Amino acid sequence: MADTPLARSAAFTKLKFQLTRLRYRTDIILSIIFVIVFGFLVLVPLIKIIIVSLTYQSFDMRVIRDMKKLGTFTLYHYKRIFASDFSYAILVKPFINSLLVGFGVTAMAMLLGSLLAWAIVRTDLPWKNFFDSIIVIPYMMPSWVIALAWLIIFKNNRVAGEDGMLKILFGITPPDWFSYGLFPIIICLGLHYYSYSYLLISGALKTVNSELEEAGAIAGLKKWAVLRKITFPIVLPALGSSFVLTFTRSMGTFGTPALLGLPVRFFNIPTQIYASISMRNMGDAYVLALILVVLAGIAIYINSKIVGVRKSFVTMAGKGFKNRMNSLGSWRYPVAIIILLFLFVAFLLPLLLLVWNTFLLLPGDYSISNLTTHFWIGDSDYRIASGEPGIFKNPGIWNGVWNSIRLGVLAALINGFLGLFIGYAVVRNRGTRLSKSLEAISFAPYVFPSIAMGAIYLGMFAKPLGPIPALYGTFSLLVLIVVVKNIPFSSRSGISAMLQIDKSLEESARLQGLPWFKRFRKILFPLTKSGFLSGMILTFITAMRELSLIILLVTPTTRVLTTIIFAYEDQEEVQHANGVTLILITIIIIANFIVRKFFGNKSLMGLKES
Amino acid sequence: MSWIELKNIKKTYSGAPAVRELNLKIEDKQFVTLLGPSGCGKTTTLRIIAGLEEPDSGEVIVDGKIFFSREKGIFVPPEKRRLGLIFQSYALWPHMTVRKNISLALEQMHLSKEEIDNIVHEVLEKVQLSEYIDRYPSELSGGQQQRVAVARMIAAKPSIFLMDEPLSNLDAMLRVDMRAELKKLHHDSGATTVYVTHDQVEALTLSDKIAVMNNGVLKQIGTPEEIYKRPEDLFVARFVGSPRINSIEGSLAKKDGRFFFEREEIRTALSEIDDSDMSRLEKLSEGKLIATIRPEDIGVSKTAKPGWLEVVVTSVLPAGSETILTVITKGNVELSLKMNGFTDIKRNDRIWINIDPGKTNYYNEKTGKLILSYFK
Repeated sequence: MADTPLARSAAFTKLKFQLTRLRYRTDIILSIIFVIVFGFLVLVPLIKIIIVSLTYQSFDMRVIRDMKKLGTFTLYHYKRIFASDFSYAILVKPFINSLLVGFGVTAMAMLLGSLLAWAIVRTDLPWKNFFDSIIVIPYMMPSWVIALAWLIIFKNNRVAGEDGMLKILFGITPPDWFSYGLFPIIICLGLHYYSYSYLLISGALKTVNSELEEAGAIAGLKKWAVLRKITFPIVLPALGSSFVLTFTRSMGTFGTPALLGLPVRFFNIPTQIYASISMRNMGDAYVLALILVVLAGIAIYINSKIVGVRKSFVTMAGKGFKNRMNSLGSWRYPVAIIILLFLFVAFLLPLLLLVWNTFLLLPGDYSISNLTTHFWIGDSDYRIASGEPGIFKNPGIWNGVWNSIRLGVLAALINGFLGLFIGYAVVRNRGTRLSKSLEAISFAPYVFPSIAMGAIYLGMFAKPLGPIPALYGTFSLLVLIVVVKNIPFSSRSGISAMLQIDKSLEESARLQGLPWFKRFRKILFPLTKSGFLSGMILTFITAMRELSLIILLVTPTTRVLTTIIFAYEDQEEVQHANGVTLILITIIIIANFIVRKFFGNKSLMGLKES
Repeated sequence: MSWIELKNIKKTYSGAPAVRELNLKIEDKQFVTLLGPSGCGKTTTLRIIAGLEEPDSGEVIVDGKIFFSREKGIFVPPEKRRLGLIFQSYALWPHMTVRKNISLALEQMHLSKEEIDNIVHEVLEKVQLSEYIDRYPSELSGGQQQRVAVARMIAAKPSIFLMDEPLSNLDAMLRVDMRAELKKLHHDSGATTVYVTHDQVEALTLSDKIAVMNNGVLKQIGTPEEIYKRPEDLFVARFVGSPRINSIEGSLAKKDGRFFFEREEIRTALSEIDDSDMSRLEKLSEGKLIATIRPEDIGVSKTAKPGWLEVVVTSVLPAGSETILTVITKGNVELSLKMNGFTDIKRNDRIWINIDPGKTNYYNEKTGKLILSYFK
């Protein structure tokens, strides 16, 4: 049947129709290209992880001693990790630690975030605008900055190097559990991640019309009942989202657990993966990575259920309404001062400590005579810091600054445009299977633990792959992985930016005869510019402070600031590590300031989308 | 010459039919309105003509040129159709001044700067907005934005205007003014116009022809008078006209050699009907039928008149130029009446009415199809 001339010509007209139609459907063309390219960049790694985890690796040959089995199918790694004598050390303990870190950090971050959000959004607290703008600054700092500061204060003699401030100034040796491991990890990460909860919850609280609460009060509900029956259900989706986000992120975080956990052999899953990869034990590492992927997948599923509910509340935003503030009475100023103190501890104090520390010739000696500018402007001196020259005279660091900025700007630009194009493709086709698969695949990189994704890209691009040359050791590979890892965020901000543009604005341009490129340049782009910029600054910040994703991929010429910091910290060259951290933070804050200054101050709002 | 032909257009949205088997021909220079309740497929039809929606099957032909035919593998995209479309939201580009909104498409046509400037001024003069040329849309009132949308459309000189509920975002007064302006625009430009609205008054005032749609089906196409006086089915009869047309369920009867429509005490003579007509009617109506009469066609008297029906007034709604009465017959049939100006008739008064057989249409009760009309 299918071969009769009639059927063939029918198939031909069908094809001809689709081709003529597709020429003018840039949204569909973009969707198809993106699905293929991202599918390649996301699914290939995933398949690769699975294959590696199911075959014998060269590392295993030390135990197996049968070279013929190399690369053949096996459940060896799964047995080793789930049911062997090592299970407790490799899986159970890190897993429990990851869960403890996850729950501890989430509890602390959500408590801080929601209390601050309530105080700033719903009460008559003084200096609100100041608080609202400054409270998200911890978001811009790498999450491990506070950990560095913690070490300056509470370091004990457990590891090599100098004692912490506490020991030197007051003679108190903090116990191990206080200096390292679970407790400080939770505190330090909690002081970072509260900003996520704050952003989400304050955003939701801002949409609660106080008239709704008043209506409840008029209907005879007691104050507590109003909170429970009206306010809470409206904020619930935001609480749920911030729980899932904080939990998955803190569970999968690498920097802080590495700095504060490794000295006492406290492993969570990411540091365990790092340890396995360092030993070239890829099989174990990838099984652990798959566990994180599955956990993140579950969390996203839960989150999508919650966000699905949230959509029904969105209609409330946009209309200006009166928001009657709860009165704090005589507590107004005390509460404000407590918040100031909190910000001091969470943000200013760590920075000040880092600054101070960079001026100490010998770390831990706080006398005036020990002050030096050597670590900033000194020439190479073999007696100090293995002869590393001061930061401003150190070509390695300048190269790192250049690389970091290059990486940040390139990733920001690429992700910014990708986000808009993805947003356009998803929104114009909304409801179709193509649009749904593009949305899903754009979100997929989110589930990859950074450290594991770095490891896979290392293997994937070490040799030429199809049309792609070997990328290992090139700067392009860093850009590629940062771009891919950030697609979930940029596509989401692109989608929400595109959703805000009524499609008739583009349709009227179509009827007026404007081709796609012109419509994009003259209409869609100018109208989504603010979303585009906020997406860009967001990617810039994330790229600048990225560590675990690229730590396995950098080579001496492509080193960026974060990996330089990690290397210095590893070599106990604390002043250099702290100084470079300060440079990194300064660049991020200046960049953010410039964007806010010159492109309108909406940019930080974009943080709320992540 | 600009005529539009839709052949067997079908369109479904994820399984739900939006337009079914639509056939429609719009003649050159005509003003045709697609009228119907929301969700009837009128906007979808307009968007199919514009090329913004792709039907599942069928053909769109303009001036004899096929714009769309899946079967023949032809698709002309909206940007090549050279049609003008005014959106309900006007779809002005908010980041561009009035001048830029109008000139953007002209720049695409390889015209000189001078020519573009001339056209912009010319069309703005036509819509009386010359002094607003450098304003942004947000700085204009709703009516002014509407006029900018008109100016932008006519600047490109399309030979077909498409309008998607262009007046529904304006307040009542402005709507009446803009109605007159749109009619003048159509008259001056001579462009074939397809106008979508759910407002039957707009449709009646503006159109050369009205196409009434419901559930994706074209119910009737005709001149406003035909649509108003001779609705082809009950849906059209009830959708057009305000207050809603009166419909009375009843049956056919023959008495003393004359034919009647009967419903308890209501009895109207069917004029100019003989036995053969009657048997045809009986067959068409399958026994039960519905008589319809417009509220303004019912005679009203405060005193009894022979042959008139006594009713009780249940509500009186004066609206200045007219007063709407609701009355109820002894047999519990509710009817609306329309009287000119004000009246001293009050609620619970007894009045007499006359259902004029010369103004009555009859429909099959089951199918809702017209079987006998006073309007030929």
